[in-house]
Amino acid sequence: MTQFYVPSDSAARSLGSDKIATMVSENFSDCSVIRNGSRGLYWLEPMVEVEIDEVRHAFGPITEHDVESLLANGTPNEAHEKYLGVTKNLEWLNSQERLTFARAGEIDPLSVEAYRSLGGFDGLEKSLQQSPQQIIDAIKESGLRGRGGAAFPTGIKWQTVADADGAKKYIVCNADEGDSGTYADRMIMESDPYSLIEGMTIAAIAVGADEGFIYTRAEYPQAIETLEHAVQQAEQTGYLGQNILNSDNNFTLHVRKAAGAYICGEETALLESLEGKRGMIRYKPPLPAIEGLFGKPTVVNNVISLASVPVIMNKGAEHYKNFGSGRSRGTLTVQLAGNVKRGGLFELPFGTTLRHVLYDLGGGTASGRPIKAVQVGGPLGAYIPESDFDTPLDYEEFAAIGGMLGHGGIVVFDDTVDLGQMARFAMEFCALESCGKCTPCRIGAVRGVETIDKILKGDEVTANQKVLEDLCHTMIDGSLCALGGMAPFPVLSIMKHYPDALGTGTTKTR
Amino acid sequence: MAPSSPHSPDTISSVTDSICAKHANTDGALLIILNAVQDELGYIPKSAVPIIAKQQNLSRAEVHGVISFYHLYRDAPGGKNTVYICCAEACQAMGARDLMQHASKHLGVESHQTTSDNLFNLEPIYCLGNCACAPAVMINDTLHAKVSPQNFEKIIEEARKT
Repeated sequence: MTQFYVPSDSAARSLGSDKIATMVSENFSDCSVIRNGSRGLYWLEPMVEVEIDEVRHAFGPITEHDVESLLANGTPNEAHEKYLGVTKNLEWLNSQERLTFARAGEIDPLSVEAYRSLGGFDGLEKSLQQSPQQIIDAIKESGLRGRGGAAFPTGIKWQTVADADGAKKYIVCNADEGDSGTYADRMIMESDPYSLIEGMTIAAIAVGADEGFIYTRAEYPQAIETLEHAVQQAEQTGYLGQNILNSDNNFTLHVRKAAGAYICGEETALLESLEGKRGMIRYKPPLPAIEGLFGKPTVVNNVISLASVPVIMNKGAEHYKNFGSGRSRGTLTVQLAGNVKRGGLFELPFGTTLRHVLYDLGGGTASGRPIKAVQVGGPLGAYIPESDFDTPLDYEEFAAIGGMLGHGGIVVFDDTVDLGQMARFAMEFCALESCGKCTPCRIGAVRGVETIDKILKGDEVTANQKVLEDLCHTMIDGSLCALGGMAPFPVLSIMKHYPDALGTGTTKTR
Repeated sequence: MAPSSPHSPDTISSVTDSICAKHANTDGALLIILNAVQDELGYIPKSAVPIIAKQQNLSRAEVHGVISFYHLYRDAPGGKNTVYICCAEACQAMGARDLMQHASKHLGVESHQTTSDNLFNLEPIYCLGNCACAPAVMINDTLHAKVSPQNFEKIIEEARKT
C-alpha cells in the first residue's frame, strides 16, 4: 500500500488540496491518504508527499492534472515535472532550524499517537519530574522572549505569576494573530495543536494554574475547530483535565472565539474580551501577571512562545539557547508574505540578515520587479528600504534602525507600491481599530489620515508634513498601548526613507 | 433599508433563551453567547439584547456596547453568504485594493452592504492569515488564495449555486 500525504492546512486547502486528496484516493486503488499539516512552503502547496520505504518524496505545487502521474510502477515518479525530491533534503527545509515547527507538516495534526512518536509530550513528562521552580528556571535560562512581538522574557513573566499570591491563577494564550503578514500561530494551531496544549500545560504546572484559555481569532475558523478537537482528544488521553499523567496536576483548557477586533491582540484588551466585555485596554500597572483575568494572576503568552516550551523542556535550555544572536536566543519564525516569489514560513536562528531571507529564501518579488520596501512586524512595523536589508533579524538590531521584528511577519512590496497610500493606511487602520480609551490614538489616527490626505493633495505640504511629524510623536509618547504608540512607525519610516511618497520630495526633518 | 427580519419573535426568544441557559454558569460568557446567537440566526436581533442582558445581569446598554465594539457582529439580518476580502498590507501588496473595487462593482454594493438579491454581504477584513498566497478572500468559512478579479467572479458564481 502506498502512503500519501496531502496537507489539510487552511492555506493549502485554499489552493485546492481537498480536491487533490479526493483525486489521489480515486486514482490509486491501493493507497492511504494522511491529511498532514503544512510545512509552510506555501509556494509549493498543495505539496503532496509519497512515502516509500519510510522515505517521503515531495511533489508540488500539484494541480488536478498532475495527480495521475504521481506514481510510476507503484513508486514515486521521479521524472514527474513537479517532483521536488526527498522531502527532508529539500533545501528550503534543510536550511531551517525547526525547533518549534519540527512536527508541522509531518503528521496528522489531531493524532496523539503521531505527536507522541515525534517526541510530543516528552517535555511535559520531563517537567512533571521537576519542581515548578526548576521549570521556570529552565525557561529563564533558555532566553525565550515573547514571540507575540513585545519580546518580554517569558521566564520572568512566569516567575511573577508563580510568586503572586492567590489560589486561582490562569494561563491565557494570545492567539489573536491580527498582524498582516503573519500566520505562524495559525499554522501551529492547524498543524501541530498539541505542542500549544503541551506548552500551556507546562506553564500551568510551573506557575500553579489549573485553568487556561486560548483566545483565537474568529477569522481562523479551521484553527478553532482543530483546537477544539485537540483539546477533547488530550482530555480523553490524560494529557489535560484532572490528574494529568497520573500526577497531582489538574489543568482545564477552553478555546474561545473572538469577534474581530485587532486591539484584542493587546493583552489587557484580550483579558477584557475574555471576561465578556468591550476590548478596551487596561491601565498598567497592575500587570496581568498580578491582576489579570477576573482579577487573578495570569500568564498571557503568544502561541509561538507557548509552543516553544515543550522543545525547551525536552531538549534542555542550553540546546535552545545555543541558537540565536546577542540577547535574541533560539529561533525566529520568519513569515514571508505579500509580493514575494517564495512566500512561506522559515524557522531560523536569530541573526540571519533580512537580505538573505528576502532574496536567498524568498527569491525576490513574485512580480519579478525590484523590491521597493518591506514592512516588518505587522501593521505597526516600519517600512524598511534596501539600504537596511543587511540588518540581522534580532530584536535589538531592528530596534537600532527604528524597526521592530514583532511577530516575525515580513511583507514585501515591489516598486509599483504607492507608499503615500500605505502611510495613509497605517493611520486609517489605527483609527478603525482604536479601542478609544486614550485620546492620542483615538483622535490622532483620524487627524493623521486627514493630514496625509492634505499632503497627498499638495495642500501646504511643508507645513502639513510638520504637523504630521508632531502628531506622530504625540501618538508615540502619549498613547496607552502599542496600537497608538506604534502606528506612527510606518508613517515616520516612509517620511524618512521615501520622502517623495509624502509630498514633493521636499520633506524637512526637524 | 435593512431587509426585514427572517426570524419570528418567538424563534428569537427561544433560541436566545436556550443559548443563555447553556452558558448560565460560565464566567464572562457574553462573547460566547453573542457568537452563538449570531451563528444560529445570522445576526444579533435587537429583541435578543434584553434577554441576554437580563440573563447576564448586565444593562442593555452594556450588551449593546459589546455588540457595537466588535467588527464581526451584525445587528441586522444580512445576505445568505458573507464575502470577506482581505484588505491588509500583504494582500494590498498583491492587488487587494483593485480586487475590493472589482468586487464592489461586480456585486453592485459598497463595503458593509448586502446585494439586492440578499445573497451576499461584502465585508473588508484585516488579515485572514493567508498572507503568503495573497490576495485572500473568504466566503463564509471557505478560504480562497491568489484571487484575481476573474477568479473572484468564478468563486462568486459557485457560491451563488450552493
